[in-house]
Amino acid sequence: MSELQFIGKNHSRPDGPDKAAGKALYIHDLVRPGMLYGKIKFSEYAHAAIKHIDTSRAEKLPGVRAVITAYNTPEIRIGFIKDNFALKKDKVRQFRDEVAAVAAVDPETAAEAVDLIEVEYEELPGVFSPDEALRADAPLIHEFDSRGRPKKDNLVPVPWNFTAGDVEKAKQLSAVVVEDDFDTPLVQQSCMGTAGCIAEFDLMNNLLIHTKTQIPFLAQNDFNAALTAMGLKGRSTRVIVPAIGGSFGSGLDTHAYEYIAILLAYTTGKPVKIVFNRHEEFTALSPRQATRTHIIQGCDANGRLTFRDVRMVLDNGAYTSWGATTPSVMMLPISSIYRVPNVFYQTTIVYTNNTYCQAMRGYGNPQAAWAIESNMDQLAEKAGIDPYEFRMINANVPNETTPMGLNITTCGFSDCLQSVARELDWREKRGKGRSRARGVGMASLFHVGGAARVYRSDGTGVIMKLDDFGNVSISSGGIEMGQGFTAALTAATAEALGVSPDRVTVITGDTAICPWDVGTHASRGAFTACNAAILAADKARQKIFELAAEHFMARVSANLERRMKKQQGFQAPNLDAVGNPTASDFDLRQNFVFLKDRPDDPLLRVPLDELLREAHYRQQGTIIVTEAFYDPCHEMLDPKTCRGNISAAYVFGVQGAEVEVDEETGKVTVLKFAAAHDVGKVLNPQTLKGQIYGAIVQGLGYALCEEYKAHRGKNLNPNFLDYKILSAPDVDFPIHVECIETDDRQGPFGAKGVGEPGLVPTAPAIANAVYDAVGVRIKSLPITPEKVLAALRERKNKIAKEAEAAKGGSNVR
Amino acid sequence: MKKTIRFTLNGQAVAVKAESHQMLLEVLRDTLHLTGTKYGCGEGECGACTVLVDGASVDSCIYPVFEIEGRKVTTIEGLVGERNQLHPLQKSFVENGGIQCGFCTPGMIMSAKALLDQNPHPGPEEIRQGISGNLCRCTGYVQIVESIARVAEKESANE
Ligand code: FES
Ligand code: FES
Repeated sequence: MSELQFIGKNHSRPDGPDKAAGKALYIHDLVRPGMLYGKIKFSEYAHAAIKHIDTSRAEKLPGVRAVITAYNTPEIRIGFIKDNFALKKDKVRQFRDEVAAVAAVDPETAAEAVDLIEVEYEELPGVFSPDEALRADAPLIHEFDSRGRPKKDNLVPVPWNFTAGDVEKAKQLSAVVVEDDFDTPLVQQSCMGTAGCIAEFDLMNNLLIHTKTQIPFLAQNDFNAALTAMGLKGRSTRVIVPAIGGSFGSGLDTHAYEYIAILLAYTTGKPVKIVFNRHEEFTALSPRQATRTHIIQGCDANGRLTFRDVRMVLDNGAYTSWGATTPSVMMLPISSIYRVPNVFYQTTIVYTNNTYCQAMRGYGNPQAAWAIESNMDQLAEKAGIDPYEFRMINANVPNETTPMGLNITTCGFSDCLQSVARELDWREKRGKGRSRARGVGMASLFHVGGAARVYRSDGTGVIMKLDDFGNVSISSGGIEMGQGFTAALTAATAEALGVSPDRVTVITGDTAICPWDVGTHASRGAFTACNAAILAADKARQKIFELAAEHFMARVSANLERRMKKQQGFQAPNLDAVGNPTASDFDLRQNFVFLKDRPDDPLLRVPLDELLREAHYRQQGTIIVTEAFYDPCHEMLDPKTCRGNISAAYVFGVQGAEVEVDEETGKVTVLKFAAAHDVGKVLNPQTLKGQIYGAIVQGLGYALCEEYKAHRGKNLNPNFLDYKILSAPDVDFPIHVECIETDDRQGPFGAKGVGEPGLVPTAPAIANAVYDAVGVRIKSLPITPEKVLAALRERKNKIAKEAEAAKGGSNVR
Repeated sequence: MKKTIRFTLNGQAVAVKAESHQMLLEVLRDTLHLTGTKYGCGEGECGACTVLVDGASVDSCIYPVFEIEGRKVTTIEGLVGERNQLHPLQKSFVENGGIQCGFCTPGMIMSAKALLDQNPHPGPEEIRQGISGNLCRCTGYVQIVESIARVAEKESANE
């Protein structure tokens, strides 16, 4: 490819000005004519039989247009294994279960009506942890599976197992072995813009839904199934996605509230809007799963990893979302980060009466990295090797296939390790700050970087349309949710086609206009859409050059003639030497079509728009519209062996921190943070760094303070006072980000996915730094002052006891 | 009971009817259709609803609308000049990566404006304090602080 003009340079995001001016329209800002407001009545118990629902008082309230329950609407099954329902019948299994809903003329009336609905329950014993749920006598959360077969236990029927080599033998042969348990809590995506939708039907009973989702096309599929359940088989759904106020995985599934809006809209014949308030956002959306991981790793005398044995238990909550597939991504680092020949991995996903979970940015990887990377430091210590050196010894290299069958092509792992070590002054600082309670720590990540085939198609389509004025619109099934998708696709289109970025308009989020895309997840948005744009641009260029072969010379002559008339003394050059160029003789750059071998001749070029008009406005004229569907060259995991090259490329990264621990209070202060990521190729430094900074700060929240607290299934902190996310004054230390370019052959212009990785290793990096600072290992997130203080006390006691014992021993002698 | 409230909104006199229990945010968004000011929590915890009242930044979601009588209110829409000229702060957020999903942006910019009006040359620490009431889940604040600092630098250069 010739020298890049836009890729790799800073470009302000095209969606920026409207957002800065307050003009971007989020779901909260949309109003449809005649619109009603929906509100949901949630359960008051974690586990209870529904005895009776009395809606009569709500129905009589002036302004109420509909009150629905599972008893007066068709059953709509939802979720990854269809174990959930839009509205709950017979029993509730979690506090957020939807038992009824109303539509009213304004939000106040809707809220009042919901309060007037009376539900009589009979409480059932609940289970609130996987341990409780797995007991033989535990009450069943689902008596039947989604096919109606009786269930005998609380296991979610989505098992994930992986084995490579012989772990038992490797254990025996290892020089050093360590094992431990690591826990992660539930955390909430905490999007600043809450969830919501507006559903409406036309007179043909086709559904139009504006909704906050990352998966417009899978949602369309889900909603079509709902229409079928409602007796509207064959009717169509159009999903439109407005501006999104952050999503972070919360939009990876369709939600009960969307189906409820659909039911209310159908019942009333009016558009119905449901938007969550902050309390509902916390309590009625799905957080990232809590996990418990038992990990054992070993190495030989030279510090080479010999095996990794990981057993995980996931608290699923009461229903199953796509979050149940996160182990397929956890499996990537578990099987393949660092070179490790023998691997065993098993996950048990368990129903409880807790809120049901979903994926969040990183798709299970932060939980896996927490265990692996904390344990790597433990193993290094026991082996007597510096943790940085230990990682260097075991780091993956380019062009290797891992035990899981992942084809690692480009790999900047060692460079990332070196960058962070350098930035943190590792050799000077590691192990040397104990007296001042200061320490440094690092942790690594391995993630999909070339999309991920978790669904049968991992494709994405684009349509590229050129107009008479040389402007280009590119419609894509991907979604802008703040990550910079629009900016990336604009630059890629401009670069690949040969026009300036200000000529490009990106259109997203409308299933009626945009071609299919599996969803904006797995850090795949820019990777797939930019690849599709390159394909579509190639087709468009081919067509443009064919038109040029026909019309270019005529336009050049006409322009020269006009100039001669206008400008006295202007002498047109002789064009005979140019001859009759063919399509392959042309190039397009900066909105001009020109001859490849005469790129600098200002007289021998034609503006793109002029050529397009010339081709359009004539008999049998033509216009240029091209399309492309890009589906990466990877494969689904084999369901039995869990092997397969799930992504077209993989990313590596390392993060590290220098921290100080206040031994009086247990508070951890970050003094400096360093990150190095193998990104393939930087598409836009500004937006890329923005992704990494933002992810690091989310990761630091995960590390230090975020926790969705619940007591017997009831959320206790549904607001930003009690659920703390970091604010600006908390980020008062330098964050150094280095992007390592490895130029991946599969990536658009060499780029790999970057959306999620930035928060994957953050928490273990902090935990490892805390250990270096004060010698205590925190094994459950978040690393709160209370936990650090308790661990410090325990350590002190232990040291005192050992000293005591040593004294006692010498007395005897 | 509805009462008419008169105040100055983005430089123009307005009169709106509102209920005593209503907050300024609701009136701005639902009655006056100025949706640039965002709802993020309704409890004064996130700053998405930040507007200026007589030059000071307030959380409009917990600001009783009756208290606005006779005052001057500036919203994010009020910063945009004629022919869509963005305010220097808005421009700087666009140019320096201070915006991702954009949901916190209007509130963030209003807080930044209140800060710079009071203290035209804040240091990074003061900038972070100035936006301490505005949560952002996307950016990690780094490029937001940079966006504000750049405006402050430029203003010093112009003096
Ligand atoms: S909406 Fe006002 S502070 Fe959050
Ligand atoms: S840009 Fe998304 S919350 Fe700040």
